[in-house]
Amino acid sequence: MTVHAHIPKVGTLVAVWAALLVATGLTSTVAYFDLGWLNIVIALLIAVVKASLVVWIFMGVRHTTNLTKLFVVAGLVWLSIMVLITYSDYSTRSWNYQPQPWSHAAGNGPAAK
Amino acid sequence: MADIVVSEGHEPALEGTHLKHHFATAAQQMDADTLGMWTFLITEVLFFGGMFASYAVYRNLYLDAFASTSLYMNVVLGGTNTAVLICSSLTMALAVRAAQLSNRKHLQLFLILTMIFGAAFLVIKGFEYHDKWVEGLIPGIHWFGYPEFPQYAYHAEILFFLYFCMTGMHALHMVVGLGLLSYLLIQARRNIFGASYYTPVEMIGLYWHFVDIVWIFLFPLLYLIGYHLHLHHK
Repeated sequence: MTVHAHIPKVGTLVAVWAALLVATGLTSTVAYFDLGWLNIVIALLIAVVKASLVVWIFMGVRHTTNLTKLFVVAGLVWLSIMVLITYSDYSTRSWNYQPQPWSHAAGNGPAAK
Repeated sequence: MADIVVSEGHEPALEGTHLKHHFATAAQQMDADTLGMWTFLITEVLFFGGMFASYAVYRNLYLDAFASTSLYMNVVLGGTNTAVLICSSLTMALAVRAAQLSNRKHLQLFLILTMIFGAAFLVIKGFEYHDKWVEGLIPGIHWFGYPEFPQYAYHAEILFFLYFCMTGMHALHMVVGLGLLSYLLIQARRNIFGASYYTPVEMIGLYWHFVDIVWIFLFPLLYLIGYHLHLHHK
């Protein structure tokens, strides 16, 4: 009795391993140069590529059922809802928070004037 | 594989196999196990995602203060740890492959290698934590007031708080992973796994790769954010 195994080739696994190491070197090298806002974009892009390689090959999602693939994508959608909506809320408010003495909040604030 | 025998009571349908009686085939059981493991991993994604979301919010608010913390991050140790984890992912994938091929000797070898890489990661992480303690960068407990950039002291403290939360939770997951790998190694020594049954190896492998992915994002976000400002004097 065997499970419907998709046994990965050693060459494939080693190639992914090498690609991940190269990408790590690349992201460390790029971080050394000042590219302004592009620094974080490139760093995250490389991280997404690395994570995708791990998910697709090492975790074998390419050989799973469509239902499992749908679950994986749904997880990413939920994650992006949480991060993007939280981030967009905070980043579009013009907060100018200044620490206040406690007595200010306790009754001497603008509302009490 | 023999046809399914209707079982009496709660015993597995076939003695000596690992097919639960509520599954028709081993393939169906494997699909269900994989789906269940991914469901768990998605809860883990959202668990770490909460910390990544707060990182995004505070980085947006205190961009310069966060970038200044790169002065205190050891990129060499962080990068080494990234490589160590990538190597452990390769050996984990090779361990699953060895189990699929019923190669007990290779399975044990690759499980041990994965554990060695995992332990090496934790040791390096321990050295980094020690450096943070010596430099007084433990928020709230052992904080020297960030003398190089006193104007960023309050906001950099938030980054270090996130640093210890995120790397600490990640390290805890590594410790749990090492425990799970020890269990696999004991089972492998008892010759439990082979081409017909390697589900625990595959599932714990998924967990291990997930922990690797968390680090793939932590490394650039925590270590490399302000690296291009060339603040490092050490």
